[in-house]
Amino acid sequence: MTLLRLETTESIARPVAVALDGLARGFGRRPILDGITLSIRAGEFVALIGRSGSGKSTLLRALARLDDDAERSGSLDVPAKSSVLFQDARLLPWARVLDNVMLGLQASDARTRALKLLADVGLAGREAAWPETLSGGEKQRVALARSLAQAPELLLADEPFGALDALTRLRMHALLFQLIGKYKPTVLLVTHDVDEALTLADRVLVMEDGRIVLDRTVDLPHPRRASDGRHENLRRSLLAALGVYA
Amino acid sequence: MTILSPHEFYSDPAWHGFSGKAVPKPGAAERTARPLTPRRLGPGGHLFGPVLVLAIWELASLTGLLSPRLLAAPSTAVVTGYDLMIDGVLQQHFLASAERAYLGLAIGVALGLILALIAGLTRLGEATIDGLVQIKRAIPTLALIPLAILWLGIGETMKIALIVTSVLVPVYINTHAALRGIDLRYVELARTVGLSRAQFIRRVALPGALPGFFTGLRLAVTMCWTALVVLEQINTTEGIGYLMNRARDYGQTDVIVVGLVVYAVLGLVSDSAVRWWERRALAYRKVIGS
Repeated sequence: MTLLRLETTESIARPVAVALDGLARGFGRRPILDGITLSIRAGEFVALIGRSGSGKSTLLRALARLDDDAERSGSLDVPAKSSVLFQDARLLPWARVLDNVMLGLQASDARTRALKLLADVGLAGREAAWPETLSGGEKQRVALARSLAQAPELLLADEPFGALDALTRLRMHALLFQLIGKYKPTVLLVTHDVDEALTLADRVLVMEDGRIVLDRTVDLPHPRRASDGRHENLRRSLLAALGVYA
Repeated sequence: MTILSPHEFYSDPAWHGFSGKAVPKPGAAERTARPLTPRRLGPGGHLFGPVLVLAIWELASLTGLLSPRLLAAPSTAVVTGYDLMIDGVLQQHFLASAERAYLGLAIGVALGLILALIAGLTRLGEATIDGLVQIKRAIPTLALIPLAILWLGIGETMKIALIVTSVLVPVYINTHAALRGIDLRYVELARTVGLSRAQFIRRVALPGALPGFFTGLRLAVTMCWTALVVLEQINTTEGIGYLMNRARDYGQTDVIVVGLVVYAVLGLVSDSAVRWWERRALAYRKVIGS
C-alpha cells in the first residue's frame, strides 16, 4: 500500500537515509512483515506505533540486521552506522559504566567521547560505577550514551522507556529530545505509547498485521502541548488507527 | 487529558503537598512479629555443630566409652600433632603432599580451562573435545590407576597425571557450560556495536564465563586432595596419605586423626582462598549478593 504524504520544503531537501521496498519477513510459514515500502529522510524522527504482534519490533530488528533467522524478501537500504537502544538497558554487568559506553569504540578519542556522552546524559562522575548499582532510569541513560557514542546515522530505539516508571519516562523524553537535537541522527522509535510518539516524533507510522496503515506528519511546534487542538485531533486519529475510540 | 511538559510537571505546586511524612501513632505499642524465617547466624555460629561433636567425642573417650584402639581422643590427637610438628615429621609429609596436589591442580586447571575455551568458542573444538571429556567424566579417576601405572610407572609422574585428569573435569564442565550459556541478548548487543570476534571473546564471552570457572575451581581444589589420599598408598615414603596408612598398620588412631585434621584444614583454607579470589574477580556481583 502506498500512502501519499505532504512533505515540507525542509524535509524534501534532505537525502533519504532509510529506504525499504517491498520488505517482507517471516518466521516459518508465518509472515510478520508484509511488503513494507517506506523511506525516511536523514535527520527525521519517526515513531512507529502498533499493537503487540503488529510487526513493529520485527521491522526494527530487520533495520538493525538482527534477523538472520528470518525468511526474507524485498530490499533494505540503511546507513552503515546504526545503533540500537533496547528496551532493557542491556549493560554488561561485569564492565563499569565507562567501559559499557566505550564498548565497540575504536577511535583513539573513544574515552573522551564516552566521557562527554556520560556528561550529556547527566551521569558525569559515575564512570566507575557497576551497572547493578544504578537505578532503572540511570541504566537506560547509560544505554543512551552508549548508543550515541557510536555516532550513529540511524538510531533504532525499541520501546526504550517501556520498563521505566511514568516520572522517569517523562524525564527521559526530554533528555532524548535534547540529545537528538544535539547529535542529529535519524531516529526510528518503536513504542506503543501514542503520547510518547506525539511528544517526540516528526512523523508517526501505525503498523497493523505487518503493514503500515497510517503515515502522519506531526507538524507541531515543540514543546508539544496536548491542549493544542491539532494535537488532540492527531491523537484521536492515531488511536482510531490502533482500534481505540476514545 | 492534558499532558504537562516535564518542567511544568515538577514545578506543579500540587505535588509539594505530598510530603509523605509518616506520623507515628501515639500509644501504639511496638509489637514484635514472630519472624517467618530463622534469624541470621552470628559470626562463628557455624562452629556450634563441630564443637558439640568434639565435646561429645572427648567425653566418650574420657569415660572409656570410646576405645583408643578405635578412635583416639581429640586431646590425644592434639598432643600427637604437636609432637609430630616438633620433630618436623608433619611438615615434611605435608610439603610432599602439597607439592603433588598443587602441581596437579595447577596443570589440571590450566588444561581444563584451555579445553573449555576451545570447545566453547569453536565448532571443531566442541565436536572434538566435548565428547571425550564427557566420557572421561563417566570414568572414576581411581579406575584409571592400573593403566596409569602401566604407562607412567609408580612414581610421581603417575600421581600428578591422575590428579590432573581428575581436576580438569570440573573446571572444564563448569567453564564450558558458562561459555555456552552466555546470554544471547549480549551477543546481539555485541553485533549492534560492531565488536569483532576477538573483542567479543575478550569483552563478553570470557567475563561472562568467569563465574562458571570459579565454580569449577572450587570443586577442583578439594578434589585434588581427595585423589591424593588414595594415590599416596602407592609406592611412597612421604605424604599425609602415607603417614595415615602407616599409622593404620601400627594401630595409631591418633596419627590418623591428625592426618584427617590436616586434610580438613587444607580443604577449608583452599576453599576460602578461592572464594576470596572469586569475590575480588567478580566484584560487580557484590551488590547482588549482599
